[in-house]
Amino acid sequence: MLNLEEVKRSFFTCLWFMFLTFPIMVIKVDTIDETVDWRWERILWVGAGSFVLSLIWRYLIRRKELGGKEIEAGDEDTPSKFQELVRKSGFYYPILIAAGIFVLIFPQVFSMYQTNIMNTALIYVVVGLGLNIVVGLAGLLDLGYVAFYAVGAYSYALLNMHFGLNFWFALPLGGLLGFLFGIILGFPVLRLRGDYLAIVTLGFGEIIRLVLENWNAFSKGPSGIASIPRPGFFGMEFSINQSIDYMYYLMVALVIFTIFVVRRLQDSRIGRAWIALREDEIACQAMGIDKTRTKLTAFALGATWAGMAGVMFAAKTTFINPASFTIWESIIILCVVVLGGMGSIVGVICGALILILLPEYLRALSEYRMLIFGVVLVCMMVFRPGGIVSSVRRVYKFEKEDG
Amino acid sequence: MGFDFEYFLELFLGGLTRGSIYALIALGYTMVYGIIQLINFAHGEIYMIGAFTALIVGGLLTLMGWNQMAILVIASLAAVIYSAAYGYTVEKVAYKPLRSAPRLSALISAIGMSLFLQNYVLLAQTSKFLPFPSLIPDFKFMEPVEHIVRSSEIVIYITTAVVMALLTFLIKFTKIGKAMRATAQDRDMAMLVGVNVNRVISHTFVLGSATAALGGVLIASHIGQIDFYIGFIAGIKAFVAAVLGGIGSMPGAVLGSLVLGWTESFFTGYISSDYEDVFAFLFLVLILIFRPSGILGRADTDKV
Repeated sequence: MLNLEEVKRSFFTCLWFMFLTFPIMVIKVDTIDETVDWRWERILWVGAGSFVLSLIWRYLIRRKELGGKEIEAGDEDTPSKFQELVRKSGFYYPILIAAGIFVLIFPQVFSMYQTNIMNTALIYVVVGLGLNIVVGLAGLLDLGYVAFYAVGAYSYALLNMHFGLNFWFALPLGGLLGFLFGIILGFPVLRLRGDYLAIVTLGFGEIIRLVLENWNAFSKGPSGIASIPRPGFFGMEFSINQSIDYMYYLMVALVIFTIFVVRRLQDSRIGRAWIALREDEIACQAMGIDKTRTKLTAFALGATWAGMAGVMFAAKTTFINPASFTIWESIIILCVVVLGGMGSIVGVICGALILILLPEYLRALSEYRMLIFGVVLVCMMVFRPGGIVSSVRRVYKFEKEDG
Repeated sequence: MGFDFEYFLELFLGGLTRGSIYALIALGYTMVYGIIQLINFAHGEIYMIGAFTALIVGGLLTLMGWNQMAILVIASLAAVIYSAAYGYTVEKVAYKPLRSAPRLSALISAIGMSLFLQNYVLLAQTSKFLPFPSLIPDFKFMEPVEHIVRSSEIVIYITTAVVMALLTFLIKFTKIGKAMRATAQDRDMAMLVGVNVNRVISHTFVLGSATAALGGVLIASHIGQIDFYIGFIAGIKAFVAAVLGGIGSMPGAVLGSLVLGWTESFFTGYISSDYEDVFAFLFLVLILIFRPSGILGRADTDKV
């Protein structure tokens, strides 16, 4: 796999990167104290790192090109070996049951801290699955997804503050409001082409955040809303510990509900219309699918889940402010979907668990979290656009009958 | 209350300053979009890196006690060279492997790149606002009008005008400009008649990044401070400007930038400054809904 030409090229790449990163990595000028901090050791790290990475990069690119040819030779998408194994052997149900048991006993086995982190991850699973409808199935890049999340969170917080509405009413209401906002925002923008849509949704997301930040009378501005009650259960009082466990089971229930709905949607008429729309808009219209309505349902359904997850988020953290709903939050959710595999439910769950849990446990890495997310987005797009667990496309084969 | 002409003039010139900077960034967007139909999300970050490089080089030379003019020239040069190099590298790493992939993939990759560059600067330098040395000297002859328009603003206008003129010349009359226009019209056909499309795309990125870097240096020394986040908002606004003018059209980008600069300046001056950014986004949304092809752009239809 190593030939001299590639090593030579990697060497030049490494020199190039050393040049490129020189001022920003090495020199740090403090104009106030008038000192210069030279950090020479860093350039060596960059050099070594970029040399190795460049070798790996070249190898992967070459493999990808070879792989591309193989797929062209065969005429179907081949699911990964792992998926094949799970499907073919009788492992599917045992794995499912084991996972189920693990999920059930999780809060008993692990500490409150762990459960709390898991709750966060589960919220991301739900929003990830919601965004998956929009991005993965319908192929609409929505960069303002977090706006609907904010709508859900703020609707619970505000309704509770003003009218004392409890969690159980707020949850469906948050979903409904998300849905409505999805339609209101989606209606004008869905005529736009893919990349414009991304920017406009980004704009909408930022507008909602900035309004929340500046409209003090309505949303209490940047200071946010505190002491939002945790969900109750027929008037029972919980200690914090218990209520986190309770929250966990609620989240699991919501995740299961989401999975159920998304699965049903995927195979429904509308779900197939989404996938068709993603593949080819013009052909889709020619086949008589109402483009606007199909897109709008995807957009609004995605928003519904964001709204519900927003209510959950507000109930979990008991404090919200506009800083939780920046564009970067949207991008983290996008990252979850992209890493896991656009259009694949298992993929999105894996993506959320990996991206949210790993930085929590690898504390040393948490500083580099966003940096790594950026790398993940680029690398996934370049090497594995389908994600780690890519959705398997159903193939109908014409079998020749004998005789 | 009479009409305060001086205030109006101040807002007008302030808008022109903003517009000029937006124009310098928007040109990069529009050129890249014209050629590979990609919204180069990382473009704002390139501008930010330009400003940081200038800050580092400028700060270093200031401490060594060089004279101001030399520092200005060397720092700007360094910013332009480094930004161009970053633009080139970003294209090679994040966009070139995706040339034939769906457009959405390239856009996601661009977002990833933007996130990466932002955090790279954050981690390698600092998350705080850094004071930027005022590289542009105060001219003597400007003193009488100093309260309305600063010397640095005059430098911004002149530089922007010169850059526009040079770019127009480059695109219209040189061989590489011709190749760029050919690639923008029809990439496959350009390839068939012997245009090295990959090289043309690289050139476009280098050019766009270099102009953005100039914008970065100018605005940073005008405002006097930078942080790792300046690229994002500036990038989005420049994108709004490019779309407003009609993305893919260079005069459109300039016109759109000026219109956006002025409207923003008058809006904040006469109405409210709280919602300044909301206004820019609202503007974007409205344009895209009502006239997605922009002021000077052509409406394009999908070809099967």
